[in-house]
Amino acid sequence: MYTDLVMDHFSNPRNVGEIEDADGVGQIGNPVCGDVMRISIDVDDDRIADVKFKTFGCGAAVATSSMVTEMVKGKTLAEAAEISNRAVADALGGLPPNKMHCSNLAADALHLAIQDYLVKAGREADVPQILKALPKDHAHSSH
Amino acid sequence: MTSVYFDHAATTPVDPRVLEQMLPFFCERYGNPSEVHRLGRDARTAVERARAQVAAGLGAGEKEIVFTAGGTEADNLALIGYLQRFEPGHFIISAIEHPAVMEAARALNRLGWAVDFIPVDGDGVIDVDAYEQAFRDDTKLASVMYANNVVGTIQPIAELARVAHEKGAAFHTDAVQGVGSVPIDVGALGVDMLTLSGHKLYGPKGIGALYVKRGTRLTPLIHGGGHERRLRSGTENVPGIVGLGAAVDLAQAQLAETRPRLEALRDRLARGVLESVPDVKYLGHPTERLPGNVAFTVRYIEGESMLLQLDAHGFMVSSGSACASGSLEPSHVILALGLGAEEAHGSLRLTLGRENTREEADAFIEVFPPIVDKLRQMSPLYVKG
Ligand SMILES: Cc1ncc(COP(=O)(O)O)c(C=O)c1O
Ligand code: FES
Repeated sequence: MYTDLVMDHFSNPRNVGEIEDADGVGQIGNPVCGDVMRISIDVDDDRIADVKFKTFGCGAAVATSSMVTEMVKGKTLAEAAEISNRAVADALGGLPPNKMHCSNLAADALHLAIQDYLVKAGREADVPQILKALPKDHAHSSH
Repeated sequence: MTSVYFDHAATTPVDPRVLEQMLPFFCERYGNPSEVHRLGRDARTAVERARAQVAAGLGAGEKEIVFTAGGTEADNLALIGYLQRFEPGHFIISAIEHPAVMEAARALNRLGWAVDFIPVDGDGVIDVDAYEQAFRDDTKLASVMYANNVVGTIQPIAELARVAHEKGAAFHTDAVQGVGSVPIDVGALGVDMLTLSGHKLYGPKGIGALYVKRGTRLTPLIHGGGHERRLRSGTENVPGIVGLGAAVDLAQAQLAETRPRLEALRDRLARGVLESVPDVKYLGHPTERLPGNVAFTVRYIEGESMLLQLDAHGFMVSSGSACASGSLEPSHVILALGLGAEEAHGSLRLTLGRENTREEADAFIEVFPPIVDKLRQMSPLYVKG
């Protein structure tokens, strides 16, 4: 049911953990199945210098979290903000259909971390411009 | 590579001795039991021999066994086949039934039947008082499973059947998880109907039976040539039926040996897990449970990810987590025990069978704690570093 790439990211997750005194933290939970993802970032010169995740959830939830951290390391905030949940799933070679909503929130968590960074850095004014597709609310109800 | 199968409640392998008895009925002894020629008579003899084996395994009469295409069909026949004879009224089931009973009950409900789902306590034992009080004047049937497929709790069936009869209702039990694992005697239990399934007792898939006590009248669900004393039409699945008979026979012969051995293995495994991993809760009744069932929930982590990690280490188990189910709903059984959705997420079920060994149990206890550690390190809910 999972691609080899999903299994690889699940079995050997990249960038597990939490950055101490992170520049930005984003957490998202899914009310449908109850998974929780937390992504922390350090930002240097408008680029994501470091990123780590912690995830409570199924194999797909862990794999999407791990994948998104790989995808954004070194990217500018604007580039990172462009990455969608869908793009993360595609990068993993796809997810089972029933997991497309539930476990596929890693990009949302990342976007919230970027928003958190911008707000903390006093750049609230940049939020709408950088984060064009901010998740509607932190509880993000799927379906 | 390690390959340890701890999922016998999902299905069991076919015992080679069972398969051996089935094989001739595919290519050589392929007759239709309804025909009068030699091959037909041969198949009929085989079917009736299997019926006698199943009946003997349950302490039933041969005429009280109806073969069906599995446990699900037998459950549907029991509930719908029994209640269809009446004008819609009321019936009772437990809150932890298998979907085969649960969904049949919902279908009846859509047809106008009122149904009560009786709660269970934290160990998974039905609330006998609530059960007794649920009966109404128009209650026609109560159905409570013999043993639960998720947490293994065994119900006080004889008492429940007696109460139903006192209240003028019939009683059915889904004994799919019990038959072959523990001694079952329909007379001692006092039930009117009892379901069993081949693939949970080292027989083939797609074959089961309903015990129907003499005098209990049912309406068939499947109409046709009037097979199985008009209760289940369709040319008999002769190899399957032969396999079911052989499997029940074999289980009976081995029960005295396998039951205590599995109970010891179960308790060793449970103790090992509880002693080596903190924040684990054992699920189900401590003693009134199936010999091979170990169920527990692990805090802060999710079942599907445990299951996949264990699979990568060669251990095949099951979970009641929402994430591990196709529907993304947590197991209704775990919720019925009073656990929250988060705890249900961390549930794991190991179900042992005849071929499992002490070495396999010990290997699990070695492999499991580091898996839990790894996942907890990854979990935002786990606060201890
Ligand atoms: C308690 C219980 N009832 C019914 C069934 C359904 O049996 P079958 O798979 O033969 O349809 C199962 C097995 O999945 C079960 O565990
Ligand atoms: S976390 Fe629940 S399905 Fe993925």
